[in-house]
Amino acid sequence: MPLKLLVTVKRVEDPESRIRARPDGTGIVTDGVNYKMNPFDEIAVEEALRLKEKHGGEVVVASIGGAAAMVELRAALAMGADRGLLVRHDGALDPGVGSALLQALVAQERPDLVLLGKQAIDDDQNQTGQMLAARLGWPQATFASKKESLESEAEQKKQPGVVLAADGGRALVVREVDGGVETLDVALPAVVTVDLRLNKPRFASLPGIMKAKKKEVREIPAASLGVELAPAVVVRRLFDPPRRQAGVKVADVAELWTRLHAEAKVL
Amino acid sequence: MSNVLVVAEQSRGTLRKATLSALTAAREVARRTGGTVSALVLGSGAAAAAEELAAHGVAVRLADAPVLAHPLAEAHAPVVADAARVAGASWIVTAATAYGKDLLPRAAVALGAAVATEVLAVAGEGAEILLRRPMWAGNVIAEVELRGTVKAFSVRPTEFAPAARAPGGSVTPLPVSVDAASLRTRFVELQEVKSERPELTDARVVVAGGRGTRGDFGPLSGLADDLGAAVGASRAAVDAGWVPNDWQVGQTGKVVAPELYVAAGISGAIQHVAGMKGAKVIVAINKDADAPIFQIADYGLVADLFQAVPALRERLKAG
Repeated sequence: MPLKLLVTVKRVEDPESRIRARPDGTGIVTDGVNYKMNPFDEIAVEEALRLKEKHGGEVVVASIGGAAAMVELRAALAMGADRGLLVRHDGALDPGVGSALLQALVAQERPDLVLLGKQAIDDDQNQTGQMLAARLGWPQATFASKKESLESEAEQKKQPGVVLAADGGRALVVREVDGGVETLDVALPAVVTVDLRLNKPRFASLPGIMKAKKKEVREIPAASLGVELAPAVVVRRLFDPPRRQAGVKVADVAELWTRLHAEAKVL
Repeated sequence: MSNVLVVAEQSRGTLRKATLSALTAAREVARRTGGTVSALVLGSGAAAAAEELAAHGVAVRLADAPVLAHPLAEAHAPVVADAARVAGASWIVTAATAYGKDLLPRAAVALGAAVATEVLAVAGEGAEILLRRPMWAGNVIAEVELRGTVKAFSVRPTEFAPAARAPGGSVTPLPVSVDAASLRTRFVELQEVKSERPELTDARVVVAGGRGTRGDFGPLSGLADDLGAAVGASRAAVDAGWVPNDWQVGQTGKVVAPELYVAAGISGAIQHVAGMKGAKVIVAINKDADAPIFQIADYGLVADLFQAVPALRERLKAG
């Protein structure tokens, strides 16, 4: 049974960029900061592509943000997604608003599965997938992972981690929980948020990048979706955390032990 | 009303210690807003956990039913919403564990509540509560305001001291109206990682390894055994499949704050440091003198861990 998959793609600061608060606390210093697709969303896109490769169907990628988010949508299309949706919204976004906007997209697109990164690495809230599932009244499987390691043969074969039942009506999802890995069986449609060890995302190929330029991306004004756009999580100020000072270099194990024993008194 | 509801976490009747940190944060909010704190324990056969929590001086509602046996957000979230209404709660607080993070946003939607994740501190003045939480992998701290009549947050357990035992607690049952037949989520299995060692997040000492172990955690495990320590790992070591994923220390793994953290063969990527910089004393052992881990370590030893760690074990035995 072909699947319709909706995947979120958020434009975030590159995790390799140095992030610090502006001295006035109103935001972060953006000089020299690069942007890219949220790494967790990249894993979600990869998972959707593998599911499509196995079962057939369509992968729709969606972003909420300014015009610049088109870059990340094109990146997902270059990986192999079929078409894009850009909900144009230039103001602040919180998971409540984000999940409400996604709910409106789900009503239009009627996917079998919505895949999201478990969190975006800018606000690190880890809420949007759960809230979307709640709004839709759908089951949720958060922090999707795999039992096999990313170096395993199964991963080399690029198999999806989400396993669909033969009739396509349910899915098995392995998820990372404290103290182990849990397997859930969810009825579709469902919301799945993905963790780091679900897969290694592919790189876009040159033909993929060329093709992506011609793929359809529909822009949707956020105000047209009938959603309250005022965030309920309001950042009042940002500041840098206290920095740990570098300590001393010790010459050898004997000195290390002496310091830990006599000075720090932890051994 | 500004009552505060703590959502507890338990497994097979054992209360998770992180809940006591959430209770401390809840009391801080209640002290400021003039409300009272109560708690909710969900599960099947969870009475012992409810009694244990009540022994910390809090009124506990126990939602005990077979439908709640597994920690399914779909089953637990409506009970949290019910309990919040019964308690007249305008604040819901839980621990930022896998369970708490899965459950709280789902329950919040039913209550129309805004949520803050991984709260480090309760700030603001008087009755105005602002919450401090990490953003950008802890590179920046945000002070956030939650708007609306009901608000929710999860706390990073290492940032709030666990509540102490106190008299005055109680346990009362909360009727559960969740219909098992209506659930579209089924629990299949939990593969637990069994360990004789302490929990990473509770351990007094953590010994962690990274890429520099080249997959051999033998020396580090030996040192951990000597010290009664938990073993942690960097993302690189976990991604390589060398160790179980729940050993990962970092912003996207476990956040730990032990008295002593020994990082061996770990370069010190921002992601990892975000998960361990709360340790009281950090020791770094790395061959690379320029590794960023040395910038935050209290004691740095430039050495091959395969020589230094066995030598440290010998020195420990000598006393």
